Amino acid sequence: MLGWSEGGQRRGDVSLTYHRLNIPSTTRLVRVKGHLVSDMANPLRGEVIRLYKNLLYLGREYPQGSAYFRERLKSAFMKNKDVTDPEKIKKLVARGDFVIKELEALYFLRKYRAMKKRYYEPEK
Amino acid sequence: MSGRVLVGVKRVIDYAVKIRVKPDNSGIVTDGVKHSMNPFCEIAIEEAVKLKEKKLIKEVVAVSCGPQQSQETIRTALAMGADRGIHVEVTGKDYEALGPLQVSKIMAALAKKEDAQLIILGKQAIDDDCNQTGQMTAALLDWPQGTFASEVALEGDKVKVVREIDGGLETIKINTPAVVTADLRLNTPRYATLPNIMKAKKKKIANMKPADLGVDLTSRLEVLRVDEPPQRQAGVKVETGGGPGGQTEGGRDDIEASGARRGAQNYADGTL
Repeated sequence: MLGWSEGGQRRGDVSLTYHRLNIPSTTRLVRVKGHLVSDMANPLRGEVIRLYKNLLYLGREYPQGSAYFRERLKSAFMKNKDVTDPEKIKKLVARGDFVIKELEALYFLRKYRAMKKRYYEPEK
Repeated sequence: MSGRVLVGVKRVIDYAVKIRVKPDNSGIVTDGVKHSMNPFCEIAIEEAVKLKEKKLIKEVVAVSCGPQQSQETIRTALAMGADRGIHVEVTGKDYEALGPLQVSKIMAALAKKEDAQLIILGKQAIDDDCNQTGQMTAALLDWPQGTFASEVALEGDKVKVVREIDGGLETIKINTPAVVTADLRLNTPRYATLPNIMKAKKKKIANMKPADLGVDLTSRLEVLRVDEPPQRQAGVKVETGGGPGGQTEGGRDDIEASGARRGAQNYADGTL
């Protein structure tokens, strides 16, 4: 797999990694789980993680429970874990952003309808 | 004009939670129960942030009175766009006795201290349903009030408020500084998403005690007993309209009765 270093390295050995991996020193390296990984492999990694975290946060208020939501969120992401085409990834992330908007709308409507029902006369 | 807006936000039991009365009827169960910002307070914050986005005011200050956990509510307000927060710490017996009279005294003191141009509050809290804090605050400050606002427009040093009243809408124009209370249809509050919450961590929340503002929290009220509303009766057949049997929205005479029953049902099972 492109970009994985051998084992966990000490923070000062970044320059050695460039040499060992035979990649130009202009490549961005990020530390993921103790390993230095080339960011060229999946530049959208950050986007995907951001999306997951945002959805997870939104799922806390899901009507059928946050555990139910988290299960489905995880399986939805795992289903696509082998996608490498950046265009496809971008499309999936866009779909995820759309789901965020849908959830926000769901939560608003639910609250609005509850307040309307409790505090206002039913319309004729 | 200072261009500063004070917005009161209250931490209440979440609207979707099923309320339970304590076995000794002294109050309702709050321990371990999900709390969130009062929905009308969300609308108040949204209105203030909208005014700031339109560059009609300069600063939105979110205020909450209560225990340590009230800071979470202020954080939500900051995530929605408020600039800074003020947490007035009230705990224990003082917090149990905290009501519109005490909060309005605190808001009035803060309004003077912060030189506020406008105070926006939710019209009422969904836990006590008092609908008094805005009105009392205006009276204490001797400021005009635009309550049940479904539209707010700043026009120079005046505010035009469209109010939702029985039988329709009333439009008034009041001088600033003023107090406005937000009604349901004023706006659509934005959701405090995770990135916004993260950004809001940099914003400051000032801490103070009611004594710092010279406010006396003594309550004139004593809660004697808390009971659940009467259990929902079996469906009512009404004279006109409606489906077969069951709860219906039928003839005018029965609207009030079924409305009360519907309200009890909503309260009892906490569902939509």
